[in-house]
Amino acid sequence: MAYNVKEIVAKKPAIFESGHRMCAGCGAPPVARMIMRALKEGDHAVVANATGCMEVSSCIYPYTSWSCSYIHTAFECTAATCSGAEAAYKSMKRQGKLPKDKNTKFIAFGGDGGTYDIGIQSLSGAMERGHDMTYVCYDNGAYMNTGIQRSSATPHFADTTTSPAGKVVPGKMQERKDLTEIMASHHLPYVAQTLALANFKDLYEKAEKAIYTEGPTFLNVLAPCPRGWGYPTDMLMPINKLAADTCYWPLYEVVDGKYKITYKPAKKLPIEEFLRPQKRFKHMFLPGNEWMIEEFQKEVDRRWEELLALEKITNQIENK
Amino acid sequence: MSIRERLSGNEASAIAMKQINPDVVAAFPITPSTEIPQYFSTFVSNGSVDTEFVAVESEHSAMSACIGAEAAGARAMTATSSNGLALMWEMIHIAASSRLPIVMPLVNRTISGPINIHNDHSDAMGIRDSGWIQLFSENNQEAYDNLIMAHRIAENKDVMLPLAVCQDGFITSHAIENIELLEDDKVKEFVGTYNPEHYLLDANNPMAVGPLDLQPFFFEHKHQEAVAMNNAKRVILEVAKEFEKLTGRKYGFFEEYKMNDAELVIVCMNSTAGTTKDVVDKLREQNIKAGLLKIRVYRPFPAEEIAKALSNAKAIAVLDKATGLNACGAPLFTDITSAMFVNKTFVPTVNYVYGLGGRDTTSKQIEKVYSDLAQIAKTGIVDNPYRNFGLRGDE
Repeated sequence: MAYNVKEIVAKKPAIFESGHRMCAGCGAPPVARMIMRALKEGDHAVVANATGCMEVSSCIYPYTSWSCSYIHTAFECTAATCSGAEAAYKSMKRQGKLPKDKNTKFIAFGGDGGTYDIGIQSLSGAMERGHDMTYVCYDNGAYMNTGIQRSSATPHFADTTTSPAGKVVPGKMQERKDLTEIMASHHLPYVAQTLALANFKDLYEKAEKAIYTEGPTFLNVLAPCPRGWGYPTDMLMPINKLAADTCYWPLYEVVDGKYKITYKPAKKLPIEEFLRPQKRFKHMFLPGNEWMIEEFQKEVDRRWEELLALEKITNQIENK
Repeated sequence: MSIRERLSGNEASAIAMKQINPDVVAAFPITPSTEIPQYFSTFVSNGSVDTEFVAVESEHSAMSACIGAEAAGARAMTATSSNGLALMWEMIHIAASSRLPIVMPLVNRTISGPINIHNDHSDAMGIRDSGWIQLFSENNQEAYDNLIMAHRIAENKDVMLPLAVCQDGFITSHAIENIELLEDDKVKEFVGTYNPEHYLLDANNPMAVGPLDLQPFFFEHKHQEAVAMNNAKRVILEVAKEFEKLTGRKYGFFEEYKMNDAELVIVCMNSTAGTTKDVVDKLREQNIKAGLLKIRVYRPFPAEEIAKALSNAKAIAVLDKATGLNACGAPLFTDITSAMFVNKTFVPTVNYVYGLGGRDTTSKQIEKVYSDLAQIAKTGIVDNPYRNFGLRGDE
């Protein structure tokens, strides 16, 4: 059946329901909701959530926005927590302690702080152990929950509260860590990078594949943050589109080691288009700072070229 | 008929775990508890348990996975020591506040630093007010028995708290002694099945665990945890009574060894109690009224009962195998003196820190403590309550 966003939204339960307290214009809730909609009818889900914006805004005692089962323990151990629940499922199902006909899927959500940084050990361990679970990083490029501190996912030169653009140091001086590649290096059956583009097709289809591929799978989803990035709240979808069209955030998947770029912009836009609407990059547009934009563009180009090469090479290997 | 065996404390713990047959074990190796998951994984690989064994990449993940598993509706166990417990520390509190009755053998080893692999109780002391029930074990038999009783206590509806069974690293974990084991079916019957009221895998009744708990409810939830810890006192004794019926082995909050008419009393935990009993016997032959109070249930702390048991003593020495870097006494000493003060038991009491980092504890040292106590009993004077034994230059 062809993908139809209206039909999916109308027919499939949100699971991540209304009533949460996340900001207007935040990229994370539509992402979480669309991922949860990829769940097949009748399947139960256990969501594990790292400490962060999504957690503190969606499950405040005695309320919850999650209609499935949900567990939050701490910041750095969502993957381990989720892996424990999955081990319990495996064990109890094997022993006949759970109904045979009911499936449970395990989905972990963490921000970039909880995933790229403090949670990377727990994530790497759980993925290597082969638990049947999907880990979703909603990457907003900084520690937004604690007030916009830089993380290893923060882009080069971004102005954050711990990498402030000052007179001597013009923002974050390091390039962004490439977590999707790190996860691909775990040789997982399914790794993908996506965002909420246009009708959510890319996101939905990747979520469905990730959740229903047996074994550990990983999704890295760009989730813009109006507070941290400094864009008007109604700009969420255009910002997402610019991230894809400038190739800042390439959309691709790695299926059993084989790369496939799922969105190649007809016209690759210059990186300024993505940077300009965001206050965190404002200083890059001051006279004399042209070099920063040039450097940023070079980095984006290099990574895009690498990805194109990976797609080519890994498909050649497969074809032999 | 019970089974007579010769086992180390670690083997005994692993066998108890095998008989309990938990749904999930998540563990990470650390000396001296490593053997427990090691033995246990052979049970898994040989199919003698139904357990899903999760070989995690750290103790932090071990406790996180146990929390995930227990919340999912499983019986989850782990084992650790020392820095492993320190790395778990954050999750230790979350396990307790989520009211998950996880059970964990804790093979006591000193906390770094400096790094040292040998026994003292500084690891256990680091989690003493975290919401975990803590049972201490003099020998392999007690480590085994405490584990068999553990789930019945932890999973009781009025308790629902995690539980650690402590024993001394190397001293009892690696020493082979005689032991009486229960038959598998008897353990199975005694431990029973875990039927949580709410669990993540209950597809018909989804639930949320670990919400953000702000000013309106946090205090009440913490208070409920404190009430549960108080309730554990009653449940521990109820379970011990049933266990006695099954095995003939009697357990209470503490063991009173020749305490009836004792005037000079040592209070201690774990293997040092064995050495002390030996010294008490010897002193009794010399008509010295020596006695021992061996703490088994350290958390919840049976303050009232301890104060009562000590009320007829003339001098008391509390032996701490952990230092209190606080200038006012080591942990067990402050607990005991606080219990005595609140319950209006005023007996001269001194603190001895000993055995740190696995320094050997000899009967000669224990004898010296009793002779110090005799002096205190005679004069009523405690010139220095904060003492050590076995420290270089301090003899």
